[in-house]
Amino acid sequence: MSPVSESTTVSTEVPTEPEAPARPTPLTGRPANRLRLAKLRDLALIPPIIALLVYGYTLKPDIFLTHSYLVDSVLKYQAVLAMVVLAEALVLIVGKFDLSLESIVGIAPAVAIFLVVGNTSVLGAPWPTWTVLPVALVFGGLIGVFNGLLIVRFKLSAFIVTLAMLIFLRGLQLTLVGGSTISNLAKRVPVIDYLGNVRILTLPLSIWIVVVLFAVGIVVLGYTRVGRSLYAVGGNPDAARAAGIRVERVIWMTLVVAGLLAALAGLMMSAQLASVAANQGEGMIFMVFAAAVIGGISLDGGKGSLFGALCGVVLLGLIRSVLTLAQVAPDQIEAVYGLVILVALVLARLTSGKAQD
Amino acid sequence: MDGAQAPPVVEAVGIAKRFGPTVALADGNLSVRAGETHALVGRNGAGKSTLVGVLTGLHRADAGEVRFAGKPAPAPGDRAAWRERVACVYQRPSVVRELTVAENLFLGRQPRGRFGLLSPGRLRREAAELLEAWAVPVSPDLAARDLTVEQRQLVEIAGALSLGARFVILDEPTAQLEAKAINRLFDRLRDLQQQGVTFLFISHHLPEIYEICQRVTVFRDARHIVTAPVAELSHDKLVEAMIGEARGLVQVGADRPSVSADAEKVLELSGVGVPGFVESVDLSVRRGEIVGVAGSAASGKRQLAEAIAGLRARSGEVRVTGRVIKAGQVPAALRGGVGYLPGDRNVDGFVPGLSVAENATMTIAGKLGPRGFVLPKVRDGRANTMIADLDVHTAGPHQPVGELSGGNAQKVVMARALASDPEVLVLVQPTAGVDVRSKESLLGAVDEQTRSRRGALLVSDELDDLRVCDRVVVMVGGRVVGEHPRGWNEAELVAEIEGIGESGV
Ligand SMILES: Nc1ncnc2c1ncn2[C@@H]1O[C@H](COP(=O)(O)OP(=O)(O)OP(=O)(O)O)[C@@H](O)[C@H]1O
Ligand SMILES: [Mg+2]
Repeated sequence: MSPVSESTTVSTEVPTEPEAPARPTPLTGRPANRLRLAKLRDLALIPPIIALLVYGYTLKPDIFLTHSYLVDSVLKYQAVLAMVVLAEALVLIVGKFDLSLESIVGIAPAVAIFLVVGNTSVLGAPWPTWTVLPVALVFGGLIGVFNGLLIVRFKLSAFIVTLAMLIFLRGLQLTLVGGSTISNLAKRVPVIDYLGNVRILTLPLSIWIVVVLFAVGIVVLGYTRVGRSLYAVGGNPDAARAAGIRVERVIWMTLVVAGLLAALAGLMMSAQLASVAANQGEGMIFMVFAAAVIGGISLDGGKGSLFGALCGVVLLGLIRSVLTLAQVAPDQIEAVYGLVILVALVLARLTSGKAQD
Repeated sequence: MDGAQAPPVVEAVGIAKRFGPTVALADGNLSVRAGETHALVGRNGAGKSTLVGVLTGLHRADAGEVRFAGKPAPAPGDRAAWRERVACVYQRPSVVRELTVAENLFLGRQPRGRFGLLSPGRLRREAAELLEAWAVPVSPDLAARDLTVEQRQLVEIAGALSLGARFVILDEPTAQLEAKAINRLFDRLRDLQQQGVTFLFISHHLPEIYEICQRVTVFRDARHIVTAPVAELSHDKLVEAMIGEARGLVQVGADRPSVSADAEKVLELSGVGVPGFVESVDLSVRRGEIVGVAGSAASGKRQLAEAIAGLRARSGEVRVTGRVIKAGQVPAALRGGVGYLPGDRNVDGFVPGLSVAENATMTIAGKLGPRGFVLPKVRDGRANTMIADLDVHTAGPHQPVGELSGGNAQKVVMARALASDPEVLVLVQPTAGVDVRSKESLLGAVDEQTRSRRGALLVSDELDDLRVCDRVVVMVGGRVVGEHPRGWNEAELVAEIEGIGESGV
């Protein structure tokens, strides 16, 4: 036994001296570095967006980078998606799920407009046309309240609750709209006209709404106590509760806000088409999740940024229009689109360097 | 033991590992002989858990080499081969909370029945046999989330041994255990050592090292400092190797001024009960006083603390500086002046994905700017002060707490409790997983904070924590059964905690 010699020899037979002599001192650390890293993760989608813009330009130099094409053919149609992604991102960050958002996109405007122009006399209809906006918002919000009741109070799984809600609302909308479409809304409902036609500084109102709401969302999530509490609740609800955050209230509030945003998105969609289709919003939730996840929002809660989510939306929009410009056959475009989304997910995972379980 | 001839069970040479800008390990060396129980000690953030990660194949070292019984380590992806050589009870729980004990034990290798399908019956039976073989008194049907820390560890050890490994790493197994459970664990370790199992044992309780280990390795600042038989390294020498200077440790709180009997009562409990745990507790803490609450895990002391903090429904009345605190609401307790440090940081201590600054200021998020706004400058400023005060080893206020070593995460949780400038601190096991020097500074912080302004209720079963207290009350079966002024006799206190004192129930 020679324990003493061992204690010294072990230290000396180091093959390669690691280059770092000492660890960073605790205080003088590198906050700046960290910050830059966090920002970088946020900007991960900017390069692919630029790449798509360049590629689109080489495909159709004469139209692609023009204001009217980008605004009216790409962004305008992404505005509705962006609103729902904003709503879903909030819900995902707080650690929950809301599948029913896509049905709110349909049902909220359907109910509000039905009460105004529908062929009915329930609840004293027809209601005055100014009620469309508040009724749609209140309806969306109420669905959030109800989802919250089941998820927060009765502790049911958010996935199942909102899935059931989605199915129920779809059915309700079919009953209401009657399998056809409430059409020709132009010049009958002012809010629809505004959302559909008004432009400020050449940009449609809907794009402004998206920009403003995302900006507000980014500030709220980043720099207010309520916003930060969303991340705390999503990251570890027990710790958030022990730190004095009213976890249930935060979750509930988020679900309501998401309902409101989805209702507004629904009005924007109806305005674009000047109608409410029986299947308005249907199937949209998949795109919503794709955009959010590509944008770096974690399905586990507590992670991701709204800026990233917005980039996800823009990226999906560009991919779609580039595919159209590249003249992919219409019956193949969905399949190609799906593949491209998979590739985008892999790329986003690689560039952000973080697992997105 | 003729371990000198046989090759070491595990040998790590020159291990280096970085996480981004942080050098977690610069020069890690370790050599564990067959059949011994080898201690690995060092301050928080010294790189112990990182080395464990490398030894279990979880992390890939940037440099250096690992050998098992003289042969090179398996390929990084070959989990089965790693698990045959080394088993580990990690610092953070690694059971699947939603599965039963049996399912956890056979995760990924469930016994098959007819048609190659899983057979719940066989699974249960084999799990029961396994638990019995390793004498673990736990039902295989229990959900993992309902296990106590002690049971969970035993299940993890049994599962590990059943995979064939005869080398087990225990990363701070005793940090969350009470005295009796620690003794049971040590008996178990000695038994297994007799049967030829080798252990690598990590702990911040140095007496434990002397109790069950034969040799000890010390790490400091990511480097190997010394390896020696415990008999050749006195307690002082060991501490010196860990902290790098010869200054001895001081007994915190020895010079606390006595609390005058007419000092204001900052915390008053009258008839406080928690259904199922606490019967009816009357207790008060004066300004400038630290009151310790000791008791076994079943004494209800932890639940009492949680009830005061607003995390549990309770009966009776709690007053802070005379004002009644509404029951069952954390924000009410917080506003009333209660600062709370939860007993298990991994459960409700911190949000791993959020930064040190955000976790530390979570209780005061409303005070970091006007009208509910949080100004990052203000927040980081506050956080930097706390990092300096509590000596948190971090790359900066923006580092996620999930990346900190266990003891440093604990300091962040402490910072969170202190942040709201509370009238009374309610601290549960405040020094769990904290190294000897940091323990001194954490308890020193409690001591200093309570000298004139606040009071503190310190719920703990560590005698080192309780020594700081001006008096210690003992709980048994949900009631306060005794009180001891400073200078208590250790044996008496322990006897009372275990329910065999004069006033035992
Ligand atoms: N995943 C990670 N990302 C970034 N840094 C990390 C990560 N894991 C560990 N570190 C850093 O590496 C250093 C060593 O950590 P380690 O967990 O090995 O310490 P330790 O000796 O186990 O401490 P403790 O006694 O507190 O558990 C710490 O400074 C820690 O912040
Ligand atoms: Mg550790």
